[in-house]
Amino acid sequence: MTWLKSLAYLVGLPLLLMLIWWAATLGRPNFFFPAPGILMDTFGEVWFGERILSDVLPSLGRLLTGVAAAIGIGIAAGLLIGSIKWLRALLEPTLEFFRAVPPPVLVPVLMLLMGITDSMKVVVIISGCIWPVLLNTIEGVRAVDGVLSDSARTYGVAGWARVRYLVLPSASPQIMAGIRQCLSIGLILMVISEMFASSSGLGFTIVQFQRSFAIPEMWSGIIVLGLIGVAMSFIFQWTERRVLRWYHGQKEVENAG
Amino acid sequence: MTAQVTAQVSPQSRRAWPVQQFLGLAGILGFLLTWELIPRAGIIEPRFLPPASEVMAALIRAFGLSAFWVSVGETMIAWFLGLLIAVIAAVVLGFLIGSSAFLAKATSSSVEFLRPIPSVALIPLAVLMFGVKIESSLMLIVYASFWQVFIQVLYGVADIDMVANNTAKSYGLGRIARIRYVVFPTALPYLMTGVRLAASVALILAITAELVIGSPGLGREIALAQSGGAISGMYALVLATGLIGVLINMLMRFIEKKTLSWHSSVRSEVVV
Amino acid sequence: MLVNEKPAVMEQPMLSVRGLKKVYKTDGGDVEAVRNLTFDLRPGELACLVGPSGSGKTTLLKCISGLMTPTEGEVLLDGTRVVGPPKKMAVVFQEYGRSLFPWMRVRQNVELPLKNQGVPKAERDRLVDEALEAVGLAHVPHSYPWQLSGGMQQRVAIARAVAYQPEVLLMDEPFAAVDAQTRADLEDLIRTVWKKLRVTVLFVTHDIDESVYLGERVIILSSSPTVIQEDIIIDLPEDRDQLNTRALPRFTELRHHVYEQIQLAKKGHRPAAAVVS
Repeated sequence: MTWLKSLAYLVGLPLLLMLIWWAATLGRPNFFFPAPGILMDTFGEVWFGERILSDVLPSLGRLLTGVAAAIGIGIAAGLLIGSIKWLRALLEPTLEFFRAVPPPVLVPVLMLLMGITDSMKVVVIISGCIWPVLLNTIEGVRAVDGVLSDSARTYGVAGWARVRYLVLPSASPQIMAGIRQCLSIGLILMVISEMFASSSGLGFTIVQFQRSFAIPEMWSGIIVLGLIGVAMSFIFQWTERRVLRWYHGQKEVENAG
Repeated sequence: MTAQVTAQVSPQSRRAWPVQQFLGLAGILGFLLTWELIPRAGIIEPRFLPPASEVMAALIRAFGLSAFWVSVGETMIAWFLGLLIAVIAAVVLGFLIGSSAFLAKATSSSVEFLRPIPSVALIPLAVLMFGVKIESSLMLIVYASFWQVFIQVLYGVADIDMVANNTAKSYGLGRIARIRYVVFPTALPYLMTGVRLAASVALILAITAELVIGSPGLGREIALAQSGGAISGMYALVLATGLIGVLINMLMRFIEKKTLSWHSSVRSEVVV
Repeated sequence: MLVNEKPAVMEQPMLSVRGLKKVYKTDGGDVEAVRNLTFDLRPGELACLVGPSGSGKTTLLKCISGLMTPTEGEVLLDGTRVVGPPKKMAVVFQEYGRSLFPWMRVRQNVELPLKNQGVPKAERDRLVDEALEAVGLAHVPHSYPWQLSGGMQQRVAIARAVAYQPEVLLMDEPFAAVDAQTRADLEDLIRTVWKKLRVTVLFVTHDIDESVYLGERVIILSSSPTVIQEDIIIDLPEDRDQLNTRALPRFTELRHHVYEQIQLAKKGHRPAAAVVS
C-alpha cells in the first residue's frame, strides 16, 4: 500500500487547499477571488476556443524561438570565448555587466530600436536570457579538468572531437544551470513584452481582462501562465536528469565516500 | 612534485593578472567605442541609439539630480523590503518544513507546482489589489525571491549530517542547541547561495513592476523617458540599472564570502 | 662490481632524451626544474624512472609526452623530434579519477582514442575487447568509471592505453594513489602486458621497491635541478612474482643500492659528470 501513501502525499495538500478555497468562496462571492467552479467554467470558455490559435500558440512560438536561439548562440559563443584566453579576459567584464542589467529594461529599448513587432519580442527574449547560458558556458569551458585535458591531448583528441567529447560534456552541468535560469527569464520576458507593447498574445490578453475587470477570466489567464511555467519546469527537469545522469551519479558516489 | 610544479607556475598567472584586468578594461572601452561609432556612422539613427558619449553625459547629469536619486531610492527600498520579507518567510518555512519528514513529503508536490509559476503572472492581480503603490512591487518581488531561498534552505536542511546530528543528540544537546550548532551551520552556505540568487531576481522583479505596472522607481522613469522621447535619458537609466545590478552582485558575493570564510567548500549553485 | 652499467652499444633507440632542460619563469626568478637529462630507451625496454620527491619527474614526463616544451634539448621518438603529443605514445596518469571521461562508460572511454583515429568499427571492437580482457575488466564495459574502485579505474586507463597500440607507454606514478594490495596486482598486470605486447615502457615512480620489481632497468634521478644520478640494469629473472622475486637476495641488493643512491641524491650529492657540465 506504499503507492497509496505516496499518492496521498502527492494530492493531499493540493486537495486540502482547493477545499479551503471552495469553502471560503461558498458564502457571498468575493470580488477578487472567484469560486473554483466559476473559474473552471471560465477557463474552458476562454482558452479552449480560438484564443489558443490567436494568442497562446503565437506566444509560445515566440518563447520557444527566443529561448532556443539564446541557448544555441549562448553555447556556441561561450565555447568560443571560453576556449580563447585573451578573448575571455577581453569580454568577460563587459558580459558580466550585460548579465547584471535587469532584462525587462530591454523591452522599451528594443521597442525603440525595432518597433512593436514579433521579431522585437523574440529579440527581447534572446537578448534577455542569453547571458546566464553564455557566462555559464564560458565558466564551464574554463573549468575543464587539467588532467582530463592532458589525457585527451595525448590521445590526439583535438579540434571538433575535443569540443564534442571533452569540452561540451565537461561544461554541461554549468550549461544546464544556465539554461534553467534562461527558461524562467524567457517566460518573464515573453509575458511583459506582450503586456508592455502588444495587441495580442497571452500577456496582452490577461492585462485586457484585468483592465475590464473580468476577474475570473484574468485568473484563468494566470493559471495558463502557471501551467506553462510548470510544463517548462518538468520538461527541463526530465531533460536534465538524462543529460546529466553521469554527473548526478558521480556526485552521489563522491558524497557517499 | 606535482604540487611543486603548480607552485612554480601559479606566480606566473598571478603576474598575468594585471594584464587580464587591462584586457577587461580594453573590452569595456571597445564596447563603448563601438557604441559611439554605430550611431555616428549612421548604421542606427542617433535618435534611436544616441552615441555612448551622449548617454554617458546624460548619466552624469542624472547623478546630479535629486529626482534620479529619489527613483533609485524607491527601487532599492522595494528591492530590500521584498528581499527581506522573502528571506524571513523562506527561512522560517524552510527550516520548519525541511526538518519534518512528514511536512516535507506533504508539501513537495505543491511546491513543485507553485515554484515554476512565473511571478509576472501575478501582475494583473497586483494591479487590481494595490494599483501603482509599492505593495504591487513587493508582491512580485516576494513571490519570485521566496522560492530561490526556500528551495536552498530545504537542500541545506536535507544535507545535515545525520551522524553529526545524532552525536549532538547523544551529548544531550536540546532541539534549540542542535539547530544552533548543527542545523544552522550546515544550512548556512545553502542559505547564502539562495539569498544571492534571490537578490538579483528581486532587482529584476522590482524593475519589472515599475516598468509594467508603473509603481514608483527607476523602471517607471525608463518607461516615462521612452514615451516622452528623452532617449539619452532612457539609455542612461538603463545603464544605471545595470550598475545597480553589478553592485548588488558584488555586495552579495562579498557578504557570502565573509559569512562563509570558515567553510571549506563554498557551495556551487550547479548542484541544485 | 655490484651493479651492471648499461651496455655501451645500442641499436636505434625508440625513445631518446637529449640534453633536456626545463626552466619555469616565475616572479621570484627562474626555477630550474630539470637541468640536463640524456638517456635512451631501446625498443621493447621497460625502464623505471625513480627519484626523490621534487626531482622533476612529472616535468620530464610532460616534456617527453609533448605536453610541455623543454627550454633546451629535445626528445626523439623513433628518430623523430617530439613537438606535440605524438601518435605513437600513450600516457597513463596518476590521477585515474581525473583522466577518464566521467560521462562515458568504460567501453566508450577505451574506444574514444581509436574512434578519433578513424579505426573501423570491427577493428575497434576487437581492440577494445582484447584490451579489456587483458586488464581483467571484460565484465564491466557498461559501467561508468566512477562506479568502479580506484584500482579498477586505473585498469580502465591502462586498457585505453593498450587498445591504442602505442609504441611507447608512459606511466606517471600510476599506482601512487591505490592501496597496497591493488598495487601489487597492477604491477603484475604491467609486467604481463609488457611481455605480451613488447611495447617500450617508461614507468615513473617514487617507490624504490616498485622500480626494482617492475623494471628491466632503473634510471635514478638526482634532486632538483635534475640530472641522472645513475642508470642501472636490473638483472632479475624475466618471470617475476610478488613473493619469490621480492625474496631473492639479488632483489634485496638492488633495492639496497637504489635506496642508497636516492639517499645520496636527497643529500644533494651529484654525479661527477653533472658537476662538470
